[in-house]
Amino acid sequence: MDSTRTNTPGSREGAARAAGPYDAVIIGGGHNGLTTAAYLAKAGWRVLVLEKRRILGGATTSDEIVPGYTFSVLSYVVSLLRPEIIRDLELAKHGLEILPLDGTFTPLHGDFLWRTDDHAQTMREIRRWSAADADAYEEYGRLMADMARFIKPILGMVPPDPTSLDPREWLGVAGLARDFARLPERQQSAFIGLMTMSAADFLDQWFETEPLKATMSASGIIGTFLGVRSPGTAYVLLHHYMGEIDGAFRAWGLHKGGTGAISAAIASAARAHGAEIRTDAGVSRVTLTPSGDRATGVVLESGEEIAAKVVVSSADVRRTFLQLLEPGILPADFEAQVRRFRFRGSSGKVNLALDALPTFTTNPGGTEYLRGAVSISPSLEHMERAYDEAKYGRFSRRPYVDIVIPSLVDPSVAPPGRHVMSCFVQYAPYDLAEGPGDWDNQREAFGDAVIDLVSELAPNLRDVIVGRQVVTPLDMERDWGLTEGNIFHGELSLEQLFFSRPIPGWARYRTPIRDYWMCGSSTHPGGGIMGANGRLAALELIRSRRSRGV
Amino acid sequence: MTVGTAFHPRTAPLNAGLQWREWSGFFAASAYHASHVIEVNAIREAAALIDVSPLFNYELRGPDAVRLVDRLIVRDAAKLTPGRVLYTPWCDEHGKVLDDGTIHRLDDEAGAQVVRWTAADPQVRWLRMNAHGLNVEVRDVSESVAAVALQGPLSRAILEAATGAPFADLRHFRRRRATLAGIPIDVSRTGYTGDLGYELWIPADRAVEAWDALVAAGEPHRLRPAGMLALDVARLEAGLILIEVDYTSAVHSQVPSQSYSPYEIGLGRLVDLGAGDFVGRRALLAEMAAGGPPRRLVGLDIDWPGIEALHAAQGLPPSALSTVSRAAVPVFANGRQVGRVTSTGWSPLLKKMLGLASVGAVHARPGTRLAMEWTVEARRGTVAATVVDLPFFDPPRKRA
Repeated sequence: MDSTRTNTPGSREGAARAAGPYDAVIIGGGHNGLTTAAYLAKAGWRVLVLEKRRILGGATTSDEIVPGYTFSVLSYVVSLLRPEIIRDLELAKHGLEILPLDGTFTPLHGDFLWRTDDHAQTMREIRRWSAADADAYEEYGRLMADMARFIKPILGMVPPDPTSLDPREWLGVAGLARDFARLPERQQSAFIGLMTMSAADFLDQWFETEPLKATMSASGIIGTFLGVRSPGTAYVLLHHYMGEIDGAFRAWGLHKGGTGAISAAIASAARAHGAEIRTDAGVSRVTLTPSGDRATGVVLESGEEIAAKVVVSSADVRRTFLQLLEPGILPADFEAQVRRFRFRGSSGKVNLALDALPTFTTNPGGTEYLRGAVSISPSLEHMERAYDEAKYGRFSRRPYVDIVIPSLVDPSVAPPGRHVMSCFVQYAPYDLAEGPGDWDNQREAFGDAVIDLVSELAPNLRDVIVGRQVVTPLDMERDWGLTEGNIFHGELSLEQLFFSRPIPGWARYRTPIRDYWMCGSSTHPGGGIMGANGRLAALELIRSRRSRGV
Repeated sequence: MTVGTAFHPRTAPLNAGLQWREWSGFFAASAYHASHVIEVNAIREAAALIDVSPLFNYELRGPDAVRLVDRLIVRDAAKLTPGRVLYTPWCDEHGKVLDDGTIHRLDDEAGAQVVRWTAADPQVRWLRMNAHGLNVEVRDVSESVAAVALQGPLSRAILEAATGAPFADLRHFRRRRATLAGIPIDVSRTGYTGDLGYELWIPADRAVEAWDALVAAGEPHRLRPAGMLALDVARLEAGLILIEVDYTSAVHSQVPSQSYSPYEIGLGRLVDLGAGDFVGRRALLAEMAAGGPPRRLVGLDIDWPGIEALHAAQGLPPSALSTVSRAAVPVFANGRQVGRVTSTGWSPLLKKMLGLASVGAVHARPGTRLAMEWTVEARRGTVAATVVDLPFFDPPRKRA
């Protein structure tokens, strides 16, 4: 790689290299900001990415917190990364390596439920609990695959402006409406159910096995401040069902070297196309023309001013509009809508360095059962009780925990024979009863609660921990700029998706200020390591410039 | 009847799914895990243990052993000094490839040169026939040598732990003796995966002990046994050809078009026409003088959106076989068939559908857009494919 393009942290040489404004300055070096940069640079734009932190990646980041152990600090699995991005940017050449994450193990006191990609094994296992559930499982899988196929084109589609009369914008949606009309009636009603029901109620229609329902319901609540019995969570089940690896639906994966290596691969692709990337370069505000209707560049926290023809923010919608702009610039109704956009972070992370594998008291033997996800979700009641506490500003004493041990498939993240264990924990409400600031007092108690709960099922865990990192929603806000610690830049609830994301009427990556754009997870199609937001924003930018004849 | 290799007492219990295929009369595991993808993953991220004992293995011994090699291979055997390994094809007198394999110069013994010759097909008759007038003894040691490939980025760490000896200084295509759990073995820095890796040549009667020692040393490094399905994916990513799949041995070809010169199967770079005579040299000289052969081996990057479209046309979600298909299918340029794809498979690493193809020389330039047949639900269609340089995947650690 051309080393002159690899800017050292805080270096100014990149900006000084060529005269005149950048074609685009991108605020934030997370996976979406980098994706936008790579696509724009590939189209020949002169691009600069400004990242506030010392390492790239935003929430898609790896860090060696305990020496020798690499944690995927926040996001920890990948499935939604769009294959067209992998191909367009040739990410494999730049180090992208997605590894299979096979199976979900739900440990219980005295029993377990273990589902894997081995269909026969999974069927036998579910039949052990309920023969009817085994049959239903196949039917359910088929229905969800049909639903995912029906809804999936939306992910690759720029949402139309609902007020637009341009019929071309509506072609894609019209196609969906036509497809919907063609769905068999049973599937139409299932779709309506998905859009309106709670995850628990939806799953109750199919299954009777508690650990099965509880584990499946979990994907309906991840990143939302809702419980498995809250209406609307059924749709989120589907959102996560759309994960795709290798053309197969619903496959989840890990990334070699942690999720940060995904950002590194995208950054490498962006640099190869000529983009400049600076770290330790936080943006304090966006500069505008005197009339305030057009963006002209950014001012860094250091005071340095950088001119750009277009400014693209990958920060979340609240930062993009309320922190990076002077107050009073935006139309009042727009600003009010931004304030109403719900974040309500609800999850935390506990990352552990282990000198041996944990052993769950009741297990199927060997260590293969630890190779996929380990889900602490014994019953729907467990899930809903975890939410009950959060409603009143307490972290769940007995939370839902989604565990992965990436070192089992990627030994590069830990010393030989040692392991890293990532625990995604819900609920950890940003807004504690004592206020968000009290997380600094409750952080360790939160970490202890998680380890206590897992240790009930895997008693040796406590003895094998050699280091730990507890990440609270407050940490996510302070250190990563995730407003209220929401991992998806705003809740993935139905009313905040598609053409309502982030603000009704502004789902096309533009803002009320000319040449100020959005490309982060607050935009359509939402959060997760998808990159679709960054890609679609870049394609819209390129299109808009072409249509202006620039 | 198919029999087990020397490692069978260990590989059989590991092969819980009883997924075997036949390889030169031996049982070879297709996959040890429910899905072979985790085994591909082990080859690329950790390390894998692959039983390659069914390879044919010959020992050439005598003062003229290297001269025999020189007579037969297309490369210059003068480079085959003790400790070196050459990968090479060898041809019949018409310049058509008989087989390809690695040739290892072992340490001299009592003044005699010793060579280990590995091959996919039996070669003892060919070797002895060509040894006429030379002072060399050719022995078939296939049954007395067990071979296992230890492949992947952590293979070196495992080998060092298992033998207690450093291996960072053993360069690509070099070999040396070593001791593994008290067993005298030979280690070559070779493999069929395009990754960092070693092949271990072990006395067959001590194969099980050696396997156990490797497994024990590999445990902290997540070593996994891997079968033929995973190996097939890895070798495709590495752009390595397979006999009777990507080309036919001249021994088995029934019509002239089934015979291939080294230039037609991507091995032209190995042919050294200037370094003395070898079997087939005159034919290859004539072939090059006439402008080279009409066919070339190319890599194809097959257009995934095109595959998606063929599925979508029938209302199906896209799907891809995760194993490598060995069925030959036609390749087209401007609607006319110009060759065939011989290996097709999805690379879980590159997230691409890849193919090895034999096409007309005029279509072999990287960047050339071709089309290949693609069948969905028994309905034929075509997808676009781009000719790309081989190998598809070429990590620096391969030569490290």
